[in-house]
Amino acid sequence: MQEGRPLIDWVWISSNPDDILERVLQHIQLTALPLVLGFLISLALAIWALRQPRIYTPVIALTGLLYTVPSLAAFAVLRPIFGLSLLTAIIPLTTYTLLILFRNIVAGFQSVPPDVLEAAEAMGYTRRQRLWRVQIPLAVPLTIAGVRLAAVTVIGLATVASILGDAFGGLGQFITEGLQQLFPTKYLMGAALSVALAYLAHVLFVRLEKAVTPWATARARGIG
Amino acid sequence: MVAPVGRAANPGRTLNRVTSHGGNAATVEFDHVTKHYDAVEGKNGTPGAVNGLSLKVPAGKICVLVGPSGCGKTTSLKMVNRLIEPTSGRILLDGVDASSRDVIELRRGIGYVIQQVGLFPHQTIEENVATVPRLLGWDQSRRMTRASELMALVGLDPGKYARRYPSQLSGGERQRVGVARALAADPPIMLMDEPFGAVDPIVRERLQNEFLRLQEDLAKTILFVTHDIDEAIKMGDLVAVFQLGGTVAQFGTPAEILSQPASDFVTRFVGSDRGLKRLSLFRVSDVALETVPTARVGDPVAPALAKLASHPFEYLLILDHENRPLGWAHRERLLLIEKITPDLANPSSPVLDRRTTLKDALSQLLEADVQAGLVADRNGALRGVLTVDRIADFARLQSISPLAQDGLDED
Repeated sequence: MQEGRPLIDWVWISSNPDDILERVLQHIQLTALPLVLGFLISLALAIWALRQPRIYTPVIALTGLLYTVPSLAAFAVLRPIFGLSLLTAIIPLTTYTLLILFRNIVAGFQSVPPDVLEAAEAMGYTRRQRLWRVQIPLAVPLTIAGVRLAAVTVIGLATVASILGDAFGGLGQFITEGLQQLFPTKYLMGAALSVALAYLAHVLFVRLEKAVTPWATARARGIG
Repeated sequence: MVAPVGRAANPGRTLNRVTSHGGNAATVEFDHVTKHYDAVEGKNGTPGAVNGLSLKVPAGKICVLVGPSGCGKTTSLKMVNRLIEPTSGRILLDGVDASSRDVIELRRGIGYVIQQVGLFPHQTIEENVATVPRLLGWDQSRRMTRASELMALVGLDPGKYARRYPSQLSGGERQRVGVARALAADPPIMLMDEPFGAVDPIVRERLQNEFLRLQEDLAKTILFVTHDIDEAIKMGDLVAVFQLGGTVAQFGTPAEILSQPASDFVTRFVGSDRGLKRLSLFRVSDVALETVPTARVGDPVAPALAKLASHPFEYLLILDHENRPLGWAHRERLLLIEKITPDLANPSSPVLDRRTTLKDALSQLLEADVQAGLVADRNGALRGVLTVDRIADFARLQSISPLAQDGLDED
């Protein structure tokens, strides 16, 4: 027990830059992998729902259900199967993105005006051309808004993955260790950097959305 | 063009290049075409069923489908490019059954313009216009050349508009882009569904006139849907009046529809003011224009006053150095000055296109301060003046022939 440590121990911070950087990179990995996986799955589901609208409600129900599973419980269930691996951490984090991403991508498709679709069909777009050249580009603003929300959510949730081990624990590792060691600098550092990452992700995706949709600068920012 | 949005381009030369493809038009024939909807199927509001439609549109003509809503006009139009498939019957394009052709290739050869325009919001105007050429696999430079040509053709300066997005354009400008996009691959057939329905009356009138001017050169076969009988009379070489139940009550020239309505329904649909509507059959260019005293900016006033003195008109028409009319100056305002200046040109009066119908011209003149419409040529230079009296005289002369039959055909 180390009693009476200062709230912010600048010496520890300045002597451990590599450690801090490593945890940040781990955290980015813990966020990026579920985002990419979740995006691909959601896009596929959304395109499916575009063709078979009746699957929309069951998919929303299922992803909604997955969203409510507590992350600790999910880790507990997956650990016997995949061990203390990155996979055990990635799977629940991925499922948490599905609800937000699926719903926003579908909303993006629905935001395409019917007269635009009719014009595309009447001018001789094939179904595939219409999907890739009209529907997907026009779904981009709401899709990026969804990715932004999902990113912020996953950055927060990923701190819990630290219970799975040191190898990929991310910023959550600082929080867990700090609490165990009664070392405020560590857990404050973990929390502050996690918040900073979430904010950076937010700004990044807002900028990205503006950059890739010059035609819709004044569009709504999606479902929140 | 009366007052195109962009003047920088040279529409005349572009026009020649576009039309050098040469009178590309096809006949369109409906042969006992029927479309039934099950109650369940109707997803776009009132289903417009069509019953045994047979009509033939000669190549290069505008055929207007007019009638109350829900009577099958739009359904008929959409069966031509197979957005809707008929329940029975055939549609022949240049004698070939549309249903036998590959639907994608068929649609790429038919221009399509709708009221909401349906421009792609994420593409620039240039890309929008070049849509069908891109689908047809034209290379980039050929597509962009074509897009510029067409923008100039519909009165949009390519330098100003090419890189803009649809949300940055006015309603009238978007409609022009819609027309340009439909013309991009020089299709022999154009389908237009209330193409000028979403813009205000003044812009609509101008777009109609410009479109008629284009059509003089392009000579496409055009099916044009509207619910507005005045627009039908103005735009159509032929008019098909649809009635509820999806049948055609009358198919004929606008003059025939007005002078010999085939049924009570047509009589009622055309309206009680058929005499006035008949003015829509004639254009400003059909009437001999008047000359009025004019003077150019910078001219001395004295000779102008002398001209005015020997003329019943109390106003002097002031022109700029290129003979473009600026406005009117009342005689009394000229008395104490030496030279004509631009600020004397007040009030002004309507500028009439040669394609404006006499009905529209009359309506504009009745609202003007000086009831004399200014008719200008393509460069804006004065051709002459059209007054309410002239229109009245013309109507009186015309009534000797077609109007005389009026009483005979009514029950």
